[in-house]
Amino acid sequence: MSSEPLFCQRFDIHGRDFANAGKASITIKGILREIGIHPSVIRRVAIASYEAEMNVVLYADKGTMELRVTPKNVRITVEDQGGGIPDVELAMREGYSTASDEIREMGFGAGMGLPNIKKNADAFTVDSALGKGTILNIMINL
Amino acid sequence: MEEYFHSVRIVPERCTGRMACLKACPTEAIRVRRGRAEILEDRCIDCGECTRACTRNAIIPQTSSFTDFSSFKHTIALLSPVLYGQFRKHVLPKTILAAVRRIGFDDACDVACASESVSIAVDEYLSSYRGPLPLLSPFCPTIVRLIQARYSNLIDLLIPIDSPMEIAAREVKHRKMKELGLRRGEIGVIYLTPCPAKMIAIKYPPRKRVSHIDGAIGISDIYHALLSAIGDANTDSAEEGEPVTGLGLGWPVLGGQVSSLRAESSLAVGGLGDVQRLLDEIERGILGDIQYVECHACAQGCCGGSLNVSDPYVTRSTILSLTARFGNTACQDREKTRQLYRRNYFSLPGKIPSRPFAPLDKDISRAIEKRKCIQGTYAALPQIDCGACGAPTCLSFAEDVVLGRAPLQDCVVLAAKEARAAARVSSGPPSNPEVVTV
Repeated sequence: MSSEPLFCQRFDIHGRDFANAGKASITIKGILREIGIHPSVIRRVAIASYEAEMNVVLYADKGTMELRVTPKNVRITVEDQGGGIPDVELAMREGYSTASDEIREMGFGAGMGLPNIKKNADAFTVDSALGKGTILNIMINL
Repeated sequence: MEEYFHSVRIVPERCTGRMACLKACPTEAIRVRRGRAEILEDRCIDCGECTRACTRNAIIPQTSSFTDFSSFKHTIALLSPVLYGQFRKHVLPKTILAAVRRIGFDDACDVACASESVSIAVDEYLSSYRGPLPLLSPFCPTIVRLIQARYSNLIDLLIPIDSPMEIAAREVKHRKMKELGLRRGEIGVIYLTPCPAKMIAIKYPPRKRVSHIDGAIGISDIYHALLSAIGDANTDSAEEGEPVTGLGLGWPVLGGQVSSLRAESSLAVGGLGDVQRLLDEIERGILGDIQYVECHACAQGCCGGSLNVSDPYVTRSTILSLTARFGNTACQDREKTRQLYRRNYFSLPGKIPSRPFAPLDKDISRAIEKRKCIQGTYAALPQIDCGACGAPTCLSFAEDVVLGRAPLQDCVVLAAKEARAAARVSSGPPSNPEVVTV
């Protein structure tokens, strides 16, 4: 159905920029609220998009997050130019993390990011190439 | 849609369209049209920031006045300890209570002891609660309204325990009915309030029930009378009469609730920006094991209420020194209060409904289309948020244009650009080159 209305917006995310970390997912939450998406869906999108955004802030130099809303679902695509994930299957396990001690000391890097996204998404794929970057595709049904 | 009662009102003839309120409103609920401010009723959460920002006194609180209470046989002023912080430190609570009686109330009492009972009740609730954390304080009406509007996922975290002002009003009313042999309707309990939002809790409580309070008068409205009454008294000699004590004295200060609790992991947050950031974190579930969050719309808690007279920081300092002096002795028996708690003395039945801001359209497909149009319109705007169109930001103006609330021509920057372009086209080559080359 090509005539299906689609809202699309792209956000830039900067690695290590903690001052602005989380702002894209907050903006996304506001947009979904305006559209009138159910609060329980908004909450899942908020959690998943925040985790994905923080992954870029913590582990990559830069990346983008794209929001796509249709009357059927919300899709979040996060693309980064980072080191990539060596073992995606392992990274999907709760508690597995490659975070440095500094990152852990700040309360991040507990190895809950990807599992948390998976828990809140209806469909979730990770494409990662070592040394090139990672693409996360998150879909949440309305 | 349900009507909204608001605790502030714009007086159109006083408004000069200066737009201070436009920028101050945290929910973008104000527009300036035809040179005058208007409130978008469904977006206002009664924080009072606009009243603070207005330099023309054009946004006034919808509080009560003395004449509203002339039909009562007996009037009782109920006051938050925040009133004690409005005067110099040497003016003691007893003197202030006496002054309140002198300016026209038959009786006066504060809510400090009720605050202490409520703290005990909150402790009890926390110790037996096994659901998701953190629980949120429900005592600031603006925060409740904010959660109803923007954080409906968090509504069930608001503790279902009644506010100190309601508990105190209920108790004093019962006592006076017995003492004076009056009927309920003959006794008027009037809250001396630090902010207009308390009117919401009294007139339109979110959990539908009838308040025991009959109205609220702003502290600033009686301040002058109180000052004179305190000056007249000058009988500050003895410390007799009912003592003003209790762990609840510090409640108006940011963190006052938390410090009166036994719960180990709790925190206090004030100011709508910080509160929203924290609520966002709570919604994402990343706040850890905090049990209780004390939330205030004002940065300094009730010390920062917009109807206070004294500076919030001075008020805070005065109350803290009062707390140090009088606030270390409990005025309630913990075990008795616990028994009352078990008999549901403090509990609030009923559910708080969610009241989200109206979406762009009830139909999701149309709402998505409209959001797309807003994005397109926004892209063509200068994006400098000057406010000259009467909307607080270019994005909110784009929304107004798409929803038919404002014409695109209201953007003065675009209009100026178009006028310049038109002038260039119509004037053709300059007829007087000497002038142009200056």
